[in-house]
Amino acid sequence: MHIMEGYLPASHCVAWGAVSAPFVIAGAARVKQVVREHPQVKLLLAASGAYVFVLSALKLPSVTGSCSHPTGTGLAACLFGPSVTTVLSAIVLLFQALLLAHGGITTLGANIFSMGIVGPFVAYGLYRTMPAVGFSVPVAIFAAATLGDLSTYVVTSFQLAFAFPDPVGGIFGAALKFLGVFAFTQVPLAISEGLLTVIVWNLLGKYSRDELSTLGALQGRAA
Amino acid sequence: MMKRNLLLLCGVIVLAVGPLVFHSKTAKFSGSDDQASALISRIQPGYQRWAMPLWQPPSAEIESLIFAVQAALGAGLLGYYFGRRRGYAEGKEASEGRATH
Repeated sequence: MHIMEGYLPASHCVAWGAVSAPFVIAGAARVKQVVREHPQVKLLLAASGAYVFVLSALKLPSVTGSCSHPTGTGLAACLFGPSVTTVLSAIVLLFQALLLAHGGITTLGANIFSMGIVGPFVAYGLYRTMPAVGFSVPVAIFAAATLGDLSTYVVTSFQLAFAFPDPVGGIFGAALKFLGVFAFTQVPLAISEGLLTVIVWNLLGKYSRDELSTLGALQGRAA
Repeated sequence: MMKRNLLLLCGVIVLAVGPLVFHSKTAKFSGSDDQASALISRIQPGYQRWAMPLWQPPSAEIESLIFAVQAALGAGLLGYYFGRRRGYAEGKEASEGRATH
């Protein structure tokens, strides 16, 4: 669940927009470059975007007795890197802000920062480092997708805490409260996203080896 | 691989159904974003929401329609992708089989 329209002070909206904009611009350039240099992965890029679409539409019940939805960004981040994922997330966030009154245009910058930047960078970082220290690739994919998802909502909680510090507990006190709403609810959903992403990864390993090795080359390593 | 994927899928189903069973009598399962806006008005009671969505689905039905369209578009494309890849892999296998005989 993203920050709702009008629920961040205007100055925060502008600030988060200014932070996110360069990532979106760099990501768009990267998407263009990937499509130009490796046209054969275009369909996989679309499928990764489709995965974000599906998972963002699934509002799931959680152990807290409330609902939220996964982000679906971990897959694209592992396949194409975080900056491409920023663009995919921005598209989904815009779709939901315009057609579903979910998230918002004023809060778009803040929501792109949490879902399109921090989540994918966390996921990509884990995907790249965990196998190097001895974890198997499926475990790394699971951790990447799960913690990418969870970190998005941790960031959302802090973004709201910066805007609405608690009169008693300050920013940190407010963050704890927002974490209670967003992050705790998200734990089982993030695990679900991790499991689903491993399923898709297994299918890719079976049917899309050539594309995976193209992307491996794209990320500057042997696949 | 299929067996492992089925197991993983079972995990997802348990995680989704578990809360429904566990909280069947008590929870409302409202959205965490609604809870967050309620929390904001408790922390800062005077806060005025300064922007409203440009357009809002006129009813919960229309909202669920659009969410379903979103999921269907995504799932359709994913299905197309894997169907294509699978057909490609099988076609390649078949032609390689012919080549060796």
